[in-house]
Amino acid sequence: MIEAGHFAAFLALGAALAQTIFGLKGDRRWAGMSAVTGFGLMAFSFLTLVHAFAVSDFSLLLVANNSHTLKPMLYKIAGTWGNHEGSMALWALVTFAFGAAAAALMKTGRVNFEAHALGVQGFLTAGAMGYLLFASSPYLRLDPAPFQGAGLNPLLQDPALSFHPPMLYLGYVGYSFVFALAAAGMMDGRIDRVWAKEARRWSLAAFVPLTLGIALGSYWAYYELGWGGWWFWDPVENASLMPWLIGAALLHSVIVTEKRENFAAWTALLSVLAFLFSIMGAFLVRSGVLTSVHAFAVDPERGTILLFGLMVYGVLALGLFVWRGPSLKGAKPWLIVSREGALMANNIVLIVAALTVLLGTLFPLMAEAAGRTMSVGEPYFRLTFVPILAVLLVLLPVAQNWAWGKADLKQWTRWAIAGAALVAVFAALGIGIWKISLGAAFGLALGVWLIGGALWELRRRAVTLKRVFRVSPRVWGMTLAHMGIGLFIIGAVIETTERYETTVALAEGGSGEAAGWTLTLEDVRSIEGPNWYADKAVLTAVKGGVTTVLQPMKRYYPAARMPTTETAIFKTGTGDLYAALGEQRVVDGQARWVFRVYFNPLIDFVYFGVLLIGLGGCLSMVKVKR
Amino acid sequence: MRARTRRLYTFGIAAVLLLAAAGLAFMALRQNANLFYTPQTLAEKGLPKEGREVKVGGWVEPGSLTYSADGATMMFTVMDNSDADIKVAFTGIAPDLFREGQGVVAIGQFSPDGTFTARQILAKHDENYQPRELRPEAIGG
Repeated sequence: MIEAGHFAAFLALGAALAQTIFGLKGDRRWAGMSAVTGFGLMAFSFLTLVHAFAVSDFSLLLVANNSHTLKPMLYKIAGTWGNHEGSMALWALVTFAFGAAAAALMKTGRVNFEAHALGVQGFLTAGAMGYLLFASSPYLRLDPAPFQGAGLNPLLQDPALSFHPPMLYLGYVGYSFVFALAAAGMMDGRIDRVWAKEARRWSLAAFVPLTLGIALGSYWAYYELGWGGWWFWDPVENASLMPWLIGAALLHSVIVTEKRENFAAWTALLSVLAFLFSIMGAFLVRSGVLTSVHAFAVDPERGTILLFGLMVYGVLALGLFVWRGPSLKGAKPWLIVSREGALMANNIVLIVAALTVLLGTLFPLMAEAAGRTMSVGEPYFRLTFVPILAVLLVLLPVAQNWAWGKADLKQWTRWAIAGAALVAVFAALGIGIWKISLGAAFGLALGVWLIGGALWELRRRAVTLKRVFRVSPRVWGMTLAHMGIGLFIIGAVIETTERYETTVALAEGGSGEAAGWTLTLEDVRSIEGPNWYADKAVLTAVKGGVTTVLQPMKRYYPAARMPTTETAIFKTGTGDLYAALGEQRVVDGQARWVFRVYFNPLIDFVYFGVLLIGLGGCLSMVKVKR
Repeated sequence: MRARTRRLYTFGIAAVLLLAAAGLAFMALRQNANLFYTPQTLAEKGLPKEGREVKVGGWVEPGSLTYSADGATMMFTVMDNSDADIKVAFTGIAPDLFREGQGVVAIGQFSPDGTFTARQILAKHDENYQPRELRPEAIGG
């Protein structure tokens, strides 16, 4: 079975090379056929891997190292991509998938351009396949086969995390096709309206899963790590945030290219950068240069190969850019106070924000190269990333109604008054009634400003209130996405500034106070799951007339010889009451269990906001026939 | 305005923004990049500026772990190959693989009397993962 899969993977590599050659020669039809064939072959090959995991075929080295018979089926299957080699196979498969989808869906009427795009995609696919087959093969046999496997890292045995890598990869790899489009557009010498229409849709096809993938990872970290927070500025989180920021910039600049045939070279450059940052993310995560939970395949040699690949793609693409960029037509003069100016400002701020993240992520590496051990944590990002982005978001509602060409600023006093009033109201409410910090009140005001601004813009586009449901899905997409950012800001700011956390150590039958709740430890019992056993605490939480039972767990996975934390969360309506169980301590001869208890206000706004951004992105993709 | 002048303006604005960001980043890094102390480096260099967040690393001295009366705070001693040690207090759940005699990294602040109040404790995460600072060559194990 696996041998057939291995063989199919070699054939798929052949198909990718054929796709490259046919594509670059300008043969759209055969390049497309190669892409579809390659996708079929690789899908078959990948399924043989999934099958080996599903039936626990330990004669396969990868399965023996990463699976276990007692795992639930979902985690056996998800285990296929829960390791380095398997995740690279998924990467290669998704690269093929984008090629095949593009072959089926692209309709620009430009045969040469489309062929070239498929060719470049074929080149990227061949790179991924070459890496998979020659540097990171998942098809290796193990003889004699062991009786039992080593199991999957228990932290990864979680529903959200089963789908986190495929989502993230759809995003990362989606940018490979955006890259291919940019390269083909530059070869073709036309980065214009037609190109932008195509590129915008594929950028969204990458941006939406990337957004959801990041959110899934963050949600997992929230409830699985037991640290209460949802974003830790972990280098690996940053590695996915950077392509997201570049991707967001690209989504805005490509609009200018589509509507005004302007910013052509800049849009092409962003398309290239989005993919380069995606591979850099993969490099940072996979090479083990960063210390992180994710760095599960610490192998400097593979890191070097990925870095080499990154440089080859980078040099080729930037070379093409330097060579063809100046001859691109779409570069016209524009005013700062215009929609073009506003979107360029958006781009500059997003890029600068991405650069501050890059600096904070790479700085520890540079410091280490200089012989010092350092780390960069949340305070750095709070001082750099947050204010930079805040500037952008404050201006968003004001600038998004600026007209193309030249906007008039007649209304700026009204916006200023509205903004000032909003800040004043929220400052008064926040400090006087809600008893929150001034920063939190500003955050709330900013969130409401964004939501209100998005709705105002929707109404303006619809002209009258009655017609808001007749505006294009694209305008609705923008509205929802910008509202999502507003909700996200509210959740993020309130959760970060008003989070309550405490530690209590309770004996059985004992009580403690946390966040206004009275917690009583009823008992701690031992329970067993399919491939773990656990201590489960039963905590009764009472506040006012509300009573709930929290049952946090500490699991132990014998196969991996590793414990995990299973938090208990109660949604109160205004936030999450969240408890994590710690170790048992003997204090003055009495056994006590330690609990970390949090109240995370408005945390759902964070995830709901991100979902809205994703939904908005989906709507923006919808094609409307006029 | 001619196109050239306009381009100059754009670049000017971008440059100012970039410089401001760079300045901000530089300041934030100076204040917030966490320096790493082992008991030995602490003995050599002395205490960092008060209120400055730093990292402390070494092994948990066997037999040094005690708890506060309410059980919420744990106190232990971090040692390395030198004669010096650091007393650490931490309120919260110990990481899963926190053990006496094992490597540990704590993030937090020193009090003027030299004790360390940790905000976060990192221990070996699993069999394969180990904080960089705790590789044998880093603490001389």
